[in-house]
Amino acid sequence: MTDLIRKTASELAALISSGEVSSVEVTRAHLERSDAVDAAVHSYLYQSPEASLIAAAEADRARAAGEVSSPLAGVPIAVKDNLATIDAPTTSGSKILQGWQPPYDATVVKKLRAAGMPILGKTNLDEFAMGSSTEFSAFGPSKNPWDLTRIPGGSGGGSSSVVASFQAPLAIGSDTGGSIRFPGAVTGTVGTKPTYGAVSRYGLVALASSLDQIGPVARNVLDAAMLQDVIAGHDPHDSTSLPESLGSMTAAAKKLDVKGMRFGVIKQLAGDGFQPGVAARFRESLNLLAAAGAEIVEVDCPSFEYAIAAYYLILPAEASSNLAKFDSVRFGMRVEPGEKATIERVMAATREVGFGPEVKRRIILGTYALSSGSYDKFYGAALKVRTLIQRDFDAAFAKADILVSPTAPTTAFKFGDKIDDPLAMYLNDIATIPANLAGIPGISVPNGLAEEDGLPVGIQLLAPAREDARLYQAGAWLEKAHEEIWGKRMIDFAPELEVN
Amino acid sequence: MAKAELMNYEQALEQFEVVIGLEVHVELNTNTKMFCGCKNEFGNEPNTNVCPICIALPGALPAVNKTAVESSIKIGLALGCEIAPTGRFARKNYFYPDLAKNFQTSQYDEPIAFEGALEVEVPSGAVHNVLIERAHMEEDAGKLTHIGGSTGRIQGAEYSLVDYNRAGVPLVEIVTKPIYGAGSEAPELAAAYVRSVREIVKGLGVSDARMERGNVRCDANVSLRKKGAEKLGTRTETKNVNSLRSIERAVRYEIQRQAHILANGGTIIQETRHWHEDKGATSAGRPKSDADDYRYFPEPDLVPVQPSRELIESLRATLPEKPADRRKRLAGEWGFSELEFRDVVNADLLDQLEETVAAGAKPQAARKWWMGELARIANESEEGAIPNITPAQVAELAKLIEDGKINDRLAREVLGYVLAGEGSPAEIVSARGLEVVSDDGALIAAIEAALATQPDVLDAIREGRMQAAGQVIGAVMKAMAGSADAARVRELLIEMANK
Repeated sequence: MTDLIRKTASELAALISSGEVSSVEVTRAHLERSDAVDAAVHSYLYQSPEASLIAAAEADRARAAGEVSSPLAGVPIAVKDNLATIDAPTTSGSKILQGWQPPYDATVVKKLRAAGMPILGKTNLDEFAMGSSTEFSAFGPSKNPWDLTRIPGGSGGGSSSVVASFQAPLAIGSDTGGSIRFPGAVTGTVGTKPTYGAVSRYGLVALASSLDQIGPVARNVLDAAMLQDVIAGHDPHDSTSLPESLGSMTAAAKKLDVKGMRFGVIKQLAGDGFQPGVAARFRESLNLLAAAGAEIVEVDCPSFEYAIAAYYLILPAEASSNLAKFDSVRFGMRVEPGEKATIERVMAATREVGFGPEVKRRIILGTYALSSGSYDKFYGAALKVRTLIQRDFDAAFAKADILVSPTAPTTAFKFGDKIDDPLAMYLNDIATIPANLAGIPGISVPNGLAEEDGLPVGIQLLAPAREDARLYQAGAWLEKAHEEIWGKRMIDFAPELEVN
Repeated sequence: MAKAELMNYEQALEQFEVVIGLEVHVELNTNTKMFCGCKNEFGNEPNTNVCPICIALPGALPAVNKTAVESSIKIGLALGCEIAPTGRFARKNYFYPDLAKNFQTSQYDEPIAFEGALEVEVPSGAVHNVLIERAHMEEDAGKLTHIGGSTGRIQGAEYSLVDYNRAGVPLVEIVTKPIYGAGSEAPELAAAYVRSVREIVKGLGVSDARMERGNVRCDANVSLRKKGAEKLGTRTETKNVNSLRSIERAVRYEIQRQAHILANGGTIIQETRHWHEDKGATSAGRPKSDADDYRYFPEPDLVPVQPSRELIESLRATLPEKPADRRKRLAGEWGFSELEFRDVVNADLLDQLEETVAAGAKPQAARKWWMGELARIANESEEGAIPNITPAQVAELAKLIEDGKINDRLAREVLGYVLAGEGSPAEIVSARGLEVVSDDGALIAAIEAALATQPDVLDAIREGRMQAAGQVIGAVMKAMAGSADAARVRELLIEMANK
């Protein structure tokens, strides 16, 4: 069993496909792992042991009948709890949705089911994906399997920790400003934010519609590529989804070649002010790439200085509107404030009780940014910055095929370190936010361990829109180079969790 | 609700210039809703035409209904508007329980159609060129029913029920520029404008255009300024005035109400007002100011609508005849007097007449029925609506008279049975044996019976006193329960006198 849970998704898929192990065995192994460790890690808000075993049995039946649903058929997966699932509650980490069970499946969830992938459960997140640590989850934080006193990143800390603690070989995340990539970096896992529109957002509880993108979380680059291939594609239910296919990520991840590729180091994100171990590992990787025949150039993105400011106007503005539907009328929590319960009072009381502090902060911020008299100064100005950032990327990609930076300024911080300092928390996302503002794809790949604390570090690769395949090609090469230097996978340096 | 004090209408117009502005909401008759696949249908069981999208469940996303876009473009083109090559949707944010998302997906600074004009003829025959500012796409809200409380409004209600069947039904909102210079005809112009818009969308086939079902709804803005003043006065917006007659009355009422306030040194409060058909008055709604903050911003869940030149031109090619052109054509074809034709237009009966003539009736006969007996029945009915009869049935009725099968009196009787749902006029005539008697034998017998009591009549006719025949004709009609062919009776009498 221990053997099975440590395998990659591609290895498991091959074993299931050849009939050496069944999907039921693999699924059961992961469920047992969760029984042993999730009380400590708290990756899941909800587990579906029965439903996942039924799905696994169906995958086994299909395989035996010679039906091939996908290259990941039979491989179980965990899904972030902001994706609608018809057979499991969907809370988005908020009390206001506690116990709500959607009457429909998100498009991505439908695709997973069609691919024959049993869904193990729903993973924890900061409330409505607002946060970088899962400390804003209404149901308590998830822990970093490398050190249970540290954050697993956020908002997708449930998905990163579930994969890093071997409770699932794969997970689905969503990335609005780094919510897949930052958790990946601090847990020694791989996370991709695909090109905006590559994966349908239908059924994703919206945070900021123009920034949100669903993506894969995995323990290696090939697995992430295979998962992206399963979940990507046009969806008529999401008018912002791209009409065209972006090609095979799996094929790109198998190329293992960076010779002649041009890597642009973003001057503004080159490591200055980052934790020394993070910066050091980043420079080492640049040397590895250069030694392998890649070209390293410097690119200048002057508008990145304003990225966080712009992001924290655009995101709250959209969120304030997206979250207006949580009004107690049609679904979710309803709080009745005693006598004289007018509709306004019921709505207000419900939102007062149902939303947590970070959600309220952002609703207030966004409502203000959109108000007449403030619109031009704040929201309008932020849209201009967004355009400038897109232009910075255009100029940078004229010089480079891929842009690189550390994924985050630091390794995983301790619980409580930044919870009372929103600005410090927001600065975590300094390297990841620009990609969301520009709609381009980004991946975080394990980049060794920091000298000073022995915790994992991530490197972020960015590519022009629709060029997601470049990320998987270069990411898989870097991963292999690191494994050769360190002698084993980064995730295998993680300490053994105490098993119940 | 106390009725406000009003200034005499003529006096008000002597002192003030009236400026009106009209917002017309047209519900499109697409098969499905604006942003989801739910049926767009009136009158179904509450909350049956709903899905995660139109009741705004978490995670659901909108997708634009292509037919609705095409219908909107057609409306824009028919109003002489420019069509935007690219247009974004915007979110209009406000909390209200009939609005599932608590924002309305609408268009703000990028309407699909803009800068048009519509020639509108008022009852006096004057033609006004009403400038159109914009026509934009948006979605309807659900329907609230307030239970308990006396007003039927949300305030004071015990609880309210929401039906989301209408939520997400596609709407086109057509907004005029301020309309100046209509003078005393402003109320009539308002009604005539809405009628023209209704004719256009009906002619385009893009809306059922039934005002009583709210397919076409009008908000009327009215402001007054002292004659000669430059600055526009403060306006009120009277919401959801839902019949042509009410529009006219509501505008007139607001003119008189505002004039009284202004003439007495008062100020007009910028607010929405509600029209009460029963009381013939408006009452104050919620204060409305330009500071109303809907926090509009571009809808991030939808890509911009970008109709191609080709699409626009192909839609333009499908446009039917313009209402003004149609009226000119019909007036020529029917040969009515100017007054007769205008009366038909003002009675909103052009469609019925045209269809009746198309079904074979002579234009004057069609006019006589629709403007006469049917209008009378409609006026007496509770809804004030046109009775339940098709133009083809009216044409059949007219044909039966023309062919001498029935007379006017019998025709009215037949009409009653048609309205009662007994079938077509011809079916009723034969089923009930209502044909006029033109069998000479039966008529002669009845005439002789009548002459027996009035022996002097034949002499009188011989002497040229024709009015004397009337007594006998009347007696024959009475004896035969109205089914006699009066013209034939008259002929027979003259023959008998001259024997």
